[in-house]
Amino acid sequence: SVNPDLASERQTASFCVEKLTALLDGGAEQTRIRRAVVEAIQSDPVFSRENQYFQTQNERYEAAVRKAVHLQKKMHEMGWTENGPEYKYIYRALAGDVAFLLHRVFMRSISVLGSDKQIAKWIPLATQLQLIGSYAQTELGHGTYLQGLETTAVFDIATQEFILNTPKISAMKWWPGDMGRSATHTVVFAQLYIHGKCYGIHPFIVQIRSLQDHSLCPGITAGDIGPKMSFEAIDNGYLMLKNVRVPRENMLSKFCEVRPDGTYVRQGSQKINYFTMTSVRISLISDEVLTPLMKACTIAIRYSVVRRQSKLKPGEQEAKILDYQTQQEKLLPQLAAAYAFHFINDYLQELFDRGYREIQRKNFDMLPELHALSSGFKAVITHHCTAAVEICLRACGGHGYSLLSGLPSLYTKILASCIYEGENTILLLQTARFLIKCFMAASAGQPVPPSVTYLAAVKPGKCPAKNKSDFLSPDIYTEAYQHVAVRLISSTAAKLQDLIQSGAKKYNAWNQCTVQLVQAAKAHCHYITVKNFAETVEKLETKAGIQRIMKHLCDLFALHGIFSNTGAFLHDGYISAAQMDMVTASYLDLLAVIRKDAVPLVDAFDFTDKSLNSALGSYDGQVYQRLYEWAQKSPTNKMSPAYERYLKPLLHNTLSKL
Amino acid sequence: AAAMTMNADLRRERAAATFQPLLLTHILDGGPERTRRRKEIEALVLNDPDFQHEDLNFLSRSQRYEQAIRKSSLMVMKLREHGIADPEEIFWFKSFVHRGRPEPLDLHLGMFLPTLLTQATPEQQDRFFMPAWNLEIIGTYAQTEMGHGTHLRGLETTATYDPATQEFILNSPTVTSIKWWPGGLGKTSNHAIVLAQLYTQGQCKGLHAFIVPIRQLGTHEPLPGITVGDIGPKFGYDEMDNGYLKMDNFRIPRENMLMKYAQVEPDGTYVKPLSDKLTYGTMVFIRSLIVGDSARSLSRACTIAIRYSAVRHQSELKPGEPEPQILDYQTQQYKLFPLLATAYAFHFVGAYIKDTYHRISGDINEGDLSELPELHALTAGLKAFTSWTANAGIEECRMACGGHGYSRCSGIPDIYVTFTPSCTYEGENTVMMLQTARFLVKSYSQVSSGQQVTGMVSYLNDLPRQRIQPQHVAARAVTVRINDPVSLVEAYKARAARLVEAAAKNLQAELNHRKSKEDAWNRTSVDLVRASEAHCHYVVVKLFAAKLSEVTNAAVRAVLTDLCLLYALFGISKNTGDFLQAGILTSAQITQVNQHVKELLAVIRPNAVALVDSFDFHDVHLGSVLGRYDGNVYENMFEWAKKSPLNKTQVHESFHKHLKPMQAKL
Repeated sequence: SVNPDLASERQTASFCVEKLTALLDGGAEQTRIRRAVVEAIQSDPVFSRENQYFQTQNERYEAAVRKAVHLQKKMHEMGWTENGPEYKYIYRALAGDVAFLLHRVFMRSISVLGSDKQIAKWIPLATQLQLIGSYAQTELGHGTYLQGLETTAVFDIATQEFILNTPKISAMKWWPGDMGRSATHTVVFAQLYIHGKCYGIHPFIVQIRSLQDHSLCPGITAGDIGPKMSFEAIDNGYLMLKNVRVPRENMLSKFCEVRPDGTYVRQGSQKINYFTMTSVRISLISDEVLTPLMKACTIAIRYSVVRRQSKLKPGEQEAKILDYQTQQEKLLPQLAAAYAFHFINDYLQELFDRGYREIQRKNFDMLPELHALSSGFKAVITHHCTAAVEICLRACGGHGYSLLSGLPSLYTKILASCIYEGENTILLLQTARFLIKCFMAASAGQPVPPSVTYLAAVKPGKCPAKNKSDFLSPDIYTEAYQHVAVRLISSTAAKLQDLIQSGAKKYNAWNQCTVQLVQAAKAHCHYITVKNFAETVEKLETKAGIQRIMKHLCDLFALHGIFSNTGAFLHDGYISAAQMDMVTASYLDLLAVIRKDAVPLVDAFDFTDKSLNSALGSYDGQVYQRLYEWAQKSPTNKMSPAYERYLKPLLHNTLSKL
Repeated sequence: AAAMTMNADLRRERAAATFQPLLLTHILDGGPERTRRRKEIEALVLNDPDFQHEDLNFLSRSQRYEQAIRKSSLMVMKLREHGIADPEEIFWFKSFVHRGRPEPLDLHLGMFLPTLLTQATPEQQDRFFMPAWNLEIIGTYAQTEMGHGTHLRGLETTATYDPATQEFILNSPTVTSIKWWPGGLGKTSNHAIVLAQLYTQGQCKGLHAFIVPIRQLGTHEPLPGITVGDIGPKFGYDEMDNGYLKMDNFRIPRENMLMKYAQVEPDGTYVKPLSDKLTYGTMVFIRSLIVGDSARSLSRACTIAIRYSAVRHQSELKPGEPEPQILDYQTQQYKLFPLLATAYAFHFVGAYIKDTYHRISGDINEGDLSELPELHALTAGLKAFTSWTANAGIEECRMACGGHGYSRCSGIPDIYVTFTPSCTYEGENTVMMLQTARFLVKSYSQVSSGQQVTGMVSYLNDLPRQRIQPQHVAARAVTVRINDPVSLVEAYKARAARLVEAAAKNLQAELNHRKSKEDAWNRTSVDLVRASEAHCHYVVVKLFAAKLSEVTNAAVRAVLTDLCLLYALFGISKNTGDFLQAGILTSAQITQVNQHVKELLAVIRPNAVALVDSFDFHDVHLGSVLGRYDGNVYENMFEWAKKSPLNKTQVHESFHKHLKPMQAKL
């Protein structure tokens, strides 16, 4: 039965939850397919995550391998294919707890970087899992900065082979998933040398383990890099190569080829490859970033209406903690952010689909904009959502700290997204470089890409709001965000110019402005997010209360951003001190409004209890009973050897001789 | 492994420092003699083969618990062998043995024994203290329940007095009333001090403490009527058996209620305690420990991140030149140096609270409790302020180490998971901030009604005077000198005053509109928390600035002054809105502040490594491959990884179990 404290929250929803779920899924049909996939996966005991919190790294790894193998069978049984509509929901249903994820990256890199012949040779083998692939790019000493990689591949004309080497310890491949224990092959990125000349980083297919007995191939040293904050199921690995020879045909050669005589040939445009890297940054947002945040919000908000603490009014029952303004102020902005980023993700996906079509027509005009957007949004969204999950965790007090709440695992997983696929600070600086360039172009009257045309139309002025309800007008707050973005970008551009004019070298001037540049890039992304949210709300159907509640969330997202960054808006007096008090008042009023729909808003994310895997967040709200039952399953509650070995002698007077 | 020389980058960094780290270490320790003694105790532990063990990162939770119990029992013996009895020295010894981690006897030593000393009658001390001292009795302190934490009055466990048998009957009447979280309760303890609602003669007399045996001496089996166990895996605290306890009509003799203050007589008559202010003292003490812990944990994370940033080279700053140390990037300095400054600030705050506590607790024994309410209010807020900041700062340090920070070999994940619960325990931070706010609002209304207030809130006395003159923003703003710590203290003071006043006024406005006090308070609580934060921020800046004048060595004073300025100015640049809105600083001054922050980053850069060396963490204590003193990071990461459990066999058993059969089928 559902806890009455949770049931009562559902009776007063101001909108139709099922309709909102369909909106999030992109249509009722998508909802149906998703539910079918989730049901098929979660009713299969092999995919169970029930004991996950009690397992060691070795057990987690083994379970993940078992699931990956079983998944092949399952897909076949269900008739799911990699191009089918079900495919994208499988990962969500498994909560990512499955091995061979890098195998997909291995396959994609061959499809994108390989010649037709290479694709024909490797892809069928990989599809059949006759070999297991990984993707070895980062090294112990090098991550985001690819040019710095130190692994070498020297072409030997005599044997028509590349000789791969790890010249020093910092050049060891480090971190690639599936490589520590599972992979038989990997794509190694190495500096290509022909006749003593370096041609830069190129990809090579290298076999690392025997297909017969899985032992390491000659010249290969590989293993697991040891425990991490999360990803216990994944065997992130290290790899050292000592005079490992691979045939000339193993260099992926869609764009660059080494001919038998050692001639180096470039062919085609590598821009499409560049596009792939940027699109990965966008594709990770949904599963790796938004899903964890939505789960964390679901757990924290449901728990906050079940948990009662202290009294709000004398003589009454203890209050639900969600009725405290401070608790609302922690959680509801995170909920609004989950929706805001969901919609910006839709926007980015659409933009990328369009970009992809253009690129296939050999039109690369959109690339710089897409690259800048993907870098900036990857950084802003991962950073914001990571912080948001941590807030949810801490908002659940002591019980949030238990692994059984599900929150620590969500947090440790999402926070890795701030680093992989490009470290966030570096990505923001890439976006900033684009923004500065566009600002200069716009100032000189040259055309700029659509997302930055606002830089051309800089208009000085003041915020026209007269009272607190004016701040519920999307025009008012969107303009304010735009103003701040323009101000930060233009003042940083001016600062750069000043430094250069006063004799500083360009790179030096750049490094001296990087703190400001990062702020400018963030402001740009924040502005686009607010603007997109407001525009999305405008287009929503007015039926079933959906538009109204989304409008509230949009207002909350925007005002929370101003409230927590007042200085940026006050700085040049665009918003006055008196107006800022109106923002605060409006913002706090909204918390109380959205509070009423908080539970339906997380119900709409439509996670099953098995997906959440949380003693605090289940749909029925039987928090305490579940926590007690789950705790008893802990292996620590079996008799521990510690008693016989240490406690018993201790308690039996070994000390009384003192 | 062969002895390695120091990494060249770190050697250069150390040679370039403008001051002697040891002198700064002395300041942090409170004098050269204390540094010497600390290192002496550290050596006792580190040179003792009994305290060696495998890297904890590779052990399962049960194994970690086992190691911790092993070391704890040895520790108790060895403390006595070495004759270490001073509380501070015990603390050092313990933290070296357990490398800054919790351990299963923490609650026995830190709560059970002290509670016996302060709340037990002489007769009870005779019965329990020596057996507990000799660890025949191991106790814990069972306060929080599944459904209740910070709000003590809500606890549901009952202790009903039965005059017929002269016993208390203990019960956990609901699932939510099950005791949950106490450290050492799950597997280690055989006794617990249980907090329960006392019922006698049909009346509830509120919370009282009872000594409850929970496991059979000899067999260690739970006693009939007792259900006890471990609450399962957590984010951190692997070595601690946080437990649950359910009692069903469990009877204890009347004499097991701690009766130094409140009493139940044989016939059931209840005798009230004289004063409840005494419990304030313990809370103040524990919260002061958390402030110190905030400083230490953040210092450890900074040590790791800054040393690693001096060793790691990446990308290019100048075209054609070798890859620079990542510590040379402005964005990296901007992440780390303000945290370094914060760690120093919190050290001084922790020392201040501890000294003040000791001074006042002298008074407590003589019955002068007049300063206690303010200290209580102040430590609640500072506990929250420092633990929130350190919590976020540790994560920032980890992020600044990129991918390798995410590996457990960096040590930072562990610092984080061990530290983060301090935002919750001993008073949830938001609740703590609101306690401080209550004191601030009370002080504000005293001032409004014409009284003077004293102590850290005395700045509120100036408010009525300021209100007489209409606010003239420009005229007031120019008085702040951004190069002068004393002047910055004034700026923070003005901000705190403004936010306290705003919160108090909003509260009054809500009271004018609405019916209940509680409702008005709730609707103002976001403002109230902001006011408390501003007050605490002011206190930290003030204490840091005050510390500077105590430093005699000019080189050390210079570097601490840089840090103090950075701390104060960075705080302004992160909260510009408050200073702008109140007219304390102009936009032009804010621009100068931002600029000066960046200049200070460059000034501090040459001293960064020496400043973390001064924290003087031994490598064993630091537990980080990235933060090693010698900087030989990469070689040792490889050595560390080879020990991973997944690497135990060359071919993992999963290959035979799952991979091979599948490949055969395809």
